[in-house]
Amino acid sequence: MSDAPGTFNMAAGLPEPLPEPIYMDNNATTAVAPEVVEVMLPLLTEHYGNPSSMHRFGAAAGQAVDTARQQVAALLGAAHGNEIVLTGSGSEADNLAVVGTLHAYPDKRHLITTAVEHPAVLGLARDLEKRHGYDVTFLGVDNDGRLDPDELRDALRDDTAVVSIMMANNETGVLFDSAAISEMVKERGAVFHVDAVQAAGKLPLDMQSLTGVDLLSVSGHKLHGPKGVGALYVRRGTKIRPQIVGGHQERGRRAGTENVAAVAGFGRACDLAMENLELENTVVRDLRDRLEAALLQRIPDCLANGAACERLPNTSNISFHYIEGEGILLLLDRIGIAASSGSACTSGSLEPSHVLRAMGVPFTQSHGSIRFSLSRYNTVEQVDYVAASLPVIVERLRQITPFNAERATF
Amino acid sequence: MWNYSDKVFDHFMNPRNVGEVESPDGVGEVGSMACGDALRLSFRLGDDGRIADARFQTFGCGSAIASSSVLTEMVKGLTLEEAAKITNEQIAGELDGLPREKMHCSVMGREALEAAMIDYYKRQGRNVPCGLLQESTELCHCYQVSRETVREAIMTHRLTEIEDVTHHTKAGGGCGECHHDIGDLIRDCQDKWEREDAASGGLQELAELPAAAVPVAAADDREGRIREVLVTDIAPALRNDGGDIELVRCHNERVYVRLTGNCAACKASEATIKGFVEAQLREFVDETIQVIEVD
Repeated sequence: MSDAPGTFNMAAGLPEPLPEPIYMDNNATTAVAPEVVEVMLPLLTEHYGNPSSMHRFGAAAGQAVDTARQQVAALLGAAHGNEIVLTGSGSEADNLAVVGTLHAYPDKRHLITTAVEHPAVLGLARDLEKRHGYDVTFLGVDNDGRLDPDELRDALRDDTAVVSIMMANNETGVLFDSAAISEMVKERGAVFHVDAVQAAGKLPLDMQSLTGVDLLSVSGHKLHGPKGVGALYVRRGTKIRPQIVGGHQERGRRAGTENVAAVAGFGRACDLAMENLELENTVVRDLRDRLEAALLQRIPDCLANGAACERLPNTSNISFHYIEGEGILLLLDRIGIAASSGSACTSGSLEPSHVLRAMGVPFTQSHGSIRFSLSRYNTVEQVDYVAASLPVIVERLRQITPFNAERATF
Repeated sequence: MWNYSDKVFDHFMNPRNVGEVESPDGVGEVGSMACGDALRLSFRLGDDGRIADARFQTFGCGSAIASSSVLTEMVKGLTLEEAAKITNEQIAGELDGLPREKMHCSVMGREALEAAMIDYYKRQGRNVPCGLLQESTELCHCYQVSRETVREAIMTHRLTEIEDVTHHTKAGGGCGECHHDIGDLIRDCQDKWEREDAASGGLQELAELPAAAVPVAAADDREGRIREVLVTDIAPALRNDGGDIELVRCHNERVYVRLTGNCAACKASEATIKGFVEAQLREFVDETIQVIEVD
């Protein structure tokens, strides 16, 4: 084909698209569940009151917020509804956790996080280090994405204010053992924050048994709720300084009139997440495994990143050698498949995924990595369609790349 | 999602001239898998000395593939001298533009063409004709970008941020070690174009500004403070070395000065201006001050 002069057809051999597009980018954001939309709408129309107001409009809105708070608390297995601080996003919850703790312990100038955190924590930690003079330890991971417990133990100091380590990685799905980590952190008297934005709704959470976790972030739009709402679990007795100061909302821990409709939607989404937790770990896991196995079997020179570890049930991150991720995404999009890539070219930076780099995945593989993140709305038919299309796409792009197994460099 | 033009999509979905030219006259290879994009460009000359065939192989994103494809179309039928004049802006223009962050894809095309031409002259056992290519030294080692490429991008687009330089040339997108050098180069170029602007009437324009155009009190106060720092701190130090300094004009954040005495002829006057005069004024007057030397 590449010998023919003139034009090369990138779409040659691709199967006809399915009637509906296929969404497999659920770690970026999720479809809002119809049940969620249903509880949100009246709060945008008739029940528009301010929850703080002393009249019937306020009461209806206040009721909706209370209900949602209980629903979020239930998903997290929190003992008390007032341990939930509603925020405007998962990132805000992360910021409140880390900065709010640092401000509560002004004499402690050290924090610990990992090199594979979401930018909400990683970018914040770098900023605290560069602009505010904090001492930050970034823990590394091994080739499979695992943390080294000894490295954490050695990093903990008397002046460590907070340790912030995610529960599940957004790019690879690799899990960190929050319970085991918390034991070490509590032994040294630091506050332990867990970014559970990807884990919530996909893994069972129980704050009453995770007693060493003081703070835990979740986000609405990662579990079929709306965007613009998140929450920070603050264990009773944990000192934290508010970062948005003003009104008395959230018991003085986060000022600002509650985004009532979004909060209610988030609450409903937490309900649904609990109902579907088993499904996520059976049906969705099977779909993910089916997709990953088919791709690894049908496409030469590719590998699944982080697959040696325990992972989220919905996530598969695969590196395709000798080609670049953006081309794959553009071609997938042409046939209605949505996924994402750790490639530098898709982000506007020149750096490929910081997660894959921290895992020591060579540049040569990280530029061609694609993340499929599934949800309960995906079907076997969709998985089989992706598994049939991707080998063609990879082959096309490999026909025009100068690299292959014999020649991986100029 | 990138806002790619229809032409970029067309060249990505239906790339022209994919592959390798049989018995090529020149082959250029730039980039690497580590960089995130790489291009192999080969061409063959016809009996008339014009490029009869050009083919490409690209590892890279949609715009890298499209840039390579459109470049092979652009060079066909050209002599090497004509092809050498193709700029990365022309490549991007032929695609109806590229997103700012993707300009480096067109630069890669331009570099591969250059490399292929060098290869051609090597195969012929001839020297590369003078003026056809620019001599270059590597500034960014991660992405193998020359100082000349960076300087040209800064001057052409009057770039003032390292981030913009990275978007245009990729330089500085890797380990970041060259950020310092890029920053220096930006300041060099800035000075150069400001001096050019000043020489081409900028200063006269300033002199002719009606008095009311500048908020008098604020300007006086600021200029007064600048003058004070110059007189009390800076000039005495320069006089120790047999030099001196005059304030020519202040305009917004720019302070135009003239070095006299030993300083005027000093090769290190650049360091004096930036490292001492500007640093002092920034510390004592305000942080945005840029000191520009005029003759």
